[in-house]
Amino acid sequence: MIFWRAVWIGLTGRRIRWCDEKWKSFAAPRTTGRIFVVLNAVKDLLSSQGAIMNSTPALRVEGLRKAYGDVVAVDGLDLTVGAGECFGLLGPNGAGKTTTIEICEGLTEPDSGIVEVLGRRWDSDEHALRERLGVQLQETQLSEKLTVDETVNLFRSFYSRGRDVNEVIDVVQLGEKRSARVGKLSGGQKQRLALACAIVGDPELLFLDEPTTGLDPQSRRQLWDLIIELRASGRSVVLTTHYMDEAEKLCDRVAIVDHGRVIALGSPRELIASLGAEHVVEFTTPDAPANSLDASTLGQLDGVTAAREKAGRWTLEVSELARAVPALLAALTARHLVLGELATHSATLEDVFVSLTGRQLRDA
Amino acid sequence: MREPTVTNQPWHRHSLAQLTLVRFREFIREPEAIFWTFMFPIILAMGLGVAFRNKPADVVTVGVVRGTPAGDSLVARLAHAPGLRVDAMDDSGAARALRTSDVALVAVAAPSGVEYRYDDTRPEGRSARALIDDALQRAAGRVDPVKVSERKVQEKGSRYIDFVIPGLLGMNIMGGGIWGLGFSIVEARRRNLLKRLVSTPMRRHQYLMSFLLSRFFFLVLEIGVLLGCAALFFGVPVRGSVLQLVTVALLAALSFGGMGLLIASRARTMEGVSGLMNLVMMPMWVLSGVFFSSNNFPKVAQPFIQALPLTATINALRATMLQGAGWGAVAPSLAIIAAWLVVSFTIALRLFKWR
Repeated sequence: MIFWRAVWIGLTGRRIRWCDEKWKSFAAPRTTGRIFVVLNAVKDLLSSQGAIMNSTPALRVEGLRKAYGDVVAVDGLDLTVGAGECFGLLGPNGAGKTTTIEICEGLTEPDSGIVEVLGRRWDSDEHALRERLGVQLQETQLSEKLTVDETVNLFRSFYSRGRDVNEVIDVVQLGEKRSARVGKLSGGQKQRLALACAIVGDPELLFLDEPTTGLDPQSRRQLWDLIIELRASGRSVVLTTHYMDEAEKLCDRVAIVDHGRVIALGSPRELIASLGAEHVVEFTTPDAPANSLDASTLGQLDGVTAAREKAGRWTLEVSELARAVPALLAALTARHLVLGELATHSATLEDVFVSLTGRQLRDA
Repeated sequence: MREPTVTNQPWHRHSLAQLTLVRFREFIREPEAIFWTFMFPIILAMGLGVAFRNKPADVVTVGVVRGTPAGDSLVARLAHAPGLRVDAMDDSGAARALRTSDVALVAVAAPSGVEYRYDDTRPEGRSARALIDDALQRAAGRVDPVKVSERKVQEKGSRYIDFVIPGLLGMNIMGGGIWGLGFSIVEARRRNLLKRLVSTPMRRHQYLMSFLLSRFFFLVLEIGVLLGCAALFFGVPVRGSVLQLVTVALLAALSFGGMGLLIASRARTMEGVSGLMNLVMMPMWVLSGVFFSSNNFPKVAQPFIQALPLTATINALRATMLQGAGWGAVAPSLAIIAAWLVVSFTIALRLFKWR
């Protein structure tokens, strides 16, 4: 069934979404593309019959939709996460990240769309899938009366195979808190315990929903190191975050999500490069009369690729700082405007989000 | 990172064992729960036992007006009357004592004999009248034509404390099942813990089983403690078979566990689930004969009252403990309990929301 559908799609030349990135890049010429499509279909057929290949994507989502009443949380979302990849869903609160990840975790039914986790579907292989997944929900309050040790032991008991409990507790650096009650742990320690419960089944794919939200900077860095280690040991990781620095630090690829759709996809470096600008210049002109500057003029300055204004604050996306700053100063002098503040920084994912939506991640 | 050590599962890591251990730990680390489960019914039983204890027959105090020779001779004649205490007092003192119920009756020597002053609407007044009259007539030489003998009987098993202990036991089984499951499950749902658990390969029926297993364990303790104290302090008997008693209790615990599950199947907040629990339990506390017989309610309500699971439980417990009834006598009650069990579990599992 899958096979013939794939062959048909391949021969009619329709674009395929479910082969890996690697195949896709080869598939540019039409005829070669079709051959690869057929190969891919064979590969899929094999993997669907149990001969799971390394190249089975960890997660494949296609045309996902979910609405709660009138509110559309996820609106036609597509994703492919490769095996061994750390993939980030980056977006503001309310973008549909949690709904998406909970659908992928098999905890929420989508209204429509396809979800394949490790090459399997939730409706046919739920139990087998759960054995292979690790999950950390956005907010789970584990029983406060149990100790760290008892909690991890409980979660270990659910998996038919998994890791040594003491070792996992050491990995998340809770060795000294082994027999402490969960209720006595700090926020960061609780979050690391939740991570221990997620990895104790030795999962192939780990879902982390906002793993560092609400933590202090030190606890965040501690968790980042743990996630980087997990990623290095060959596990696939899907995480959601609204911190752009977190996504830049941890993720091989990032999907920027807004209003339930993927609005940009790529490695953090690619996404930043897509701005066409490596730097961002921000400035204010406190005494300037209204409309004395406009975006199109500023956008055409030497070395500037785009200009925006919000609440009296100008933002320029700049490819070459050394040319753009003198050009800006000259333009302001020519209009007899005085510079208030001037700041520059290297472009970040935050700037990508702003350039795509006109809003900040934080206040979106 | 170290290469993970992958281990297989020793028996004590079995998920049902772990889940049941969690129930035990959560229970014993909650001091209030221990108080409400074990101490409260005992304290309640003690209180009721003392308040409704069968008192020895009271001595009735009567006043006799002294100061006249006839009055003084009346005092002398009554000195050894059984069941009477005689206070000699003057006329105004006697009137005051009668008004304040310090004496039940005042006897005044009159020219033609004796005058009794008492309130015939009060039981003490009437019994004082009978006792003092008997004593005076016999002292004057009356001979009773019928010879009577007396044997005093106060049988264990028919006192109020005997009646109320099975009621309290039934109430405890109901509370343990409905509160024990309902609150824990809603709390776990509210804390997102249920969702977290079903995101693991945990077998869902094991989660529910762990509640029933821990309930069974604590139930046996509860029965032991409550009946032990009742036997020790009040001599409350268990006439029927202990096996039958335990079977009734376990089946009832299972049935109320199912009701707890049903109540908790959708609720998201503690307030919501408390309201539902009170709605379910309050009528049974009143109607099912915990503290007084359910036969006091009108006849039209009886079919409804008798169909309640707590009524059936308490009836079966009373029959087993107090009348020593056999399996046949408790079978109808067991059938009612089992019917509730099947219905509540079936609906609960259909409605239950894990996420």
